[in-house]
Amino acid sequence: MIIDINFIGLIIASIMASAVPLILASCGELITERSGVLNLGVEGMMIIGAISGFALMTVTESLIIAVFGAMLAGVLISTIFAFLTQTLITNHVATGLALTIFGIGISAMIGKNFVGIPGKEFPVLFEGLKDIIPLLGPILFGHSIVFYFAFALPFITSYFLKKTKIGLIVRAVGDSPESASNQGINVRLVRYACILYGGAMSGLAGAYLSMIYTPQWIENMTGGRGWIALALVVFSTWNPIKILIGAMIFGGLTIIQFHMQAIGVRIPVQFLTALPYIVTIIVLVVISRDSRKIRLSTPSSLGKSFHKDN
Amino acid sequence: MHKFFIRFFVSSLVLLFTFTVAAIAKDVKAAFVYIGPTGDHGWTYQHDVGRKAVEAAGFKTTYVEGVPESADAERVLRQLANSGHDVIFTTSFGYMNPTNKVAKEFPNVKFEHATGYKREHPNVSTYAARFYEGRTILGTIAGTMTKSNVIGYVASFPIPEVIRGINSFTLAAQKVNPNIKTKIVWAFTWYDPGKEAEAAKALIDQGADVIAQHTDSTAIVQIAEKAGVYAFGQASDMDKFAPKAVLTSVENNWGPYYVDRVKAVANGTWSQKDTWHGIGDGMVVISDLDSQMPADLRSKVKKLQADLASGKVHSFTGPIYDQKGNLMVAEGKTADDGMLAGMMTYVKGVEGDIPK
Repeated sequence: MIIDINFIGLIIASIMASAVPLILASCGELITERSGVLNLGVEGMMIIGAISGFALMTVTESLIIAVFGAMLAGVLISTIFAFLTQTLITNHVATGLALTIFGIGISAMIGKNFVGIPGKEFPVLFEGLKDIIPLLGPILFGHSIVFYFAFALPFITSYFLKKTKIGLIVRAVGDSPESASNQGINVRLVRYACILYGGAMSGLAGAYLSMIYTPQWIENMTGGRGWIALALVVFSTWNPIKILIGAMIFGGLTIIQFHMQAIGVRIPVQFLTALPYIVTIIVLVVISRDSRKIRLSTPSSLGKSFHKDN
Repeated sequence: MHKFFIRFFVSSLVLLFTFTVAAIAKDVKAAFVYIGPTGDHGWTYQHDVGRKAVEAAGFKTTYVEGVPESADAERVLRQLANSGHDVIFTTSFGYMNPTNKVAKEFPNVKFEHATGYKREHPNVSTYAARFYEGRTILGTIAGTMTKSNVIGYVASFPIPEVIRGINSFTLAAQKVNPNIKTKIVWAFTWYDPGKEAEAAKALIDQGADVIAQHTDSTAIVQIAEKAGVYAFGQASDMDKFAPKAVLTSVENNWGPYYVDRVKAVANGTWSQKDTWHGIGDGMVVISDLDSQMPADLRSKVKKLQADLASGKVHSFTGPIYDQKGNLMVAEGKTADDGMLAGMMTYVKGVEGDIPK
């Protein structure tokens, strides 16, 4: 195997590209969960985003309509979840699971006419700078706008939750909806907004898969990434920066295990395939051992319905 | 109100038409059971193309998609047999036992099981395609077109069908280029575009300049297109997904067989059969050869295709050795169908071990 510096750059770039949908969906779900709502429908919202983005791109040929349309589709489907859990006070877990099943089904139905159509090329930025700097060139340049947004998102999310007033309100609602309500905060409104935001990010994550990562539509193409995104939120103990680390480890091991197979490393392939899941969990558990910090960042009312302020 | 009447009129016409077609077709109804969604653009998609050919021939068809290879399959089969279907096609290996079990309960319904080998009752037939013949052609092209002498191969699951494909591909590639290495990566999925893309990227990063695949999505050919290497389409013609990368595709063409068998049911001539068709019978189709291939390679491939079709050339002609150097097929002999059906060892020249 040739190990040159650009080879490493290329591998890191492909690891980052594979982490993008996980980061987007996880950061969205993190905000939802921080407001005290557990939405297990990430996979369903992602797949709806994937088909919406691809369909709009094929029909309108407009990138902007497709990307924002996918986010809007995520918002619309999460509105169903928000209405059920916040207005009709249904159980979060059951409703979220139903949302996933619904999303997979309806995306397959819409997608019937889009199977077998090649996707359009998604424009990348700074393509020219890629070959100028060794190692860093392929890592930093020549990616789509969504890619850059995804890597900024954990930092924006972290800042939002810690430093902004709205961020603090979201956390207050998630930690103690009763006290927040007594302070005059409209708990239901905040939770609605957080659910819709989570929907938008999941929609974008799905659109990334169907429009940029592998430009095509195939039923079930999210392949369980929504569930991994959900797990990342929990194992990162609701910390956006740790989500970034977890997503990189997961993406990294998925790709490195393929490299190990290709080199011919004599480790059972089944073990290599399971490696990303095992190692990601171990690493996140180890870096999140501080139980005081976990208690601080866990939204105490997560998954509990709140029906005081009607 | 006006609109309502138009709609009513149109739908009555459609209904009338459907009934007429059904009447012409002597009411023979065919059912198809699919393992995946018809939208996979791969295995199930191609079976559904075959189903549509049956429909176009004037027969009524039903299909059930996403049926797990478990007790669910039995329930679905029983339900289809109970609801007046005359012939049922079960299109995945794992339906083998459910098919035979339900066939016993419904002796008047014909069952057609794809890729299996059990025909326990007179109303069960089996059919499969000799895809390995297609892979002999792909191997010949890959061995000729590679410059790095490293060929990547994204595999799905370690079953005889896939191992046979890898062997047939490698044997053909070695024949035209003894220096090639086939690097195999197991994705452990039939279709997951993201995973397949990552597997293909890893192979390309490691120097493979031709990528073959035994997974179903079009992600791999798209990655090859971006990276500027060659690839082959799987199950259907994937040229439009990667016009520069795709040199040719091996297409699964079930339509003619399906139409044949349903017609046989309608005529009362259906009888138990074990069908294993290849290029010669048109079940395995080689798509157009890309013009980037040199003219002499193209004519060589055309000739090979004709020879495979006529039986003059067999994909597994001895001497063939396994990885340890044991003789598998003696010189001048060809592998028999029994050996092909149970092939679970790599031939010499394939790197790595088969996952257990």
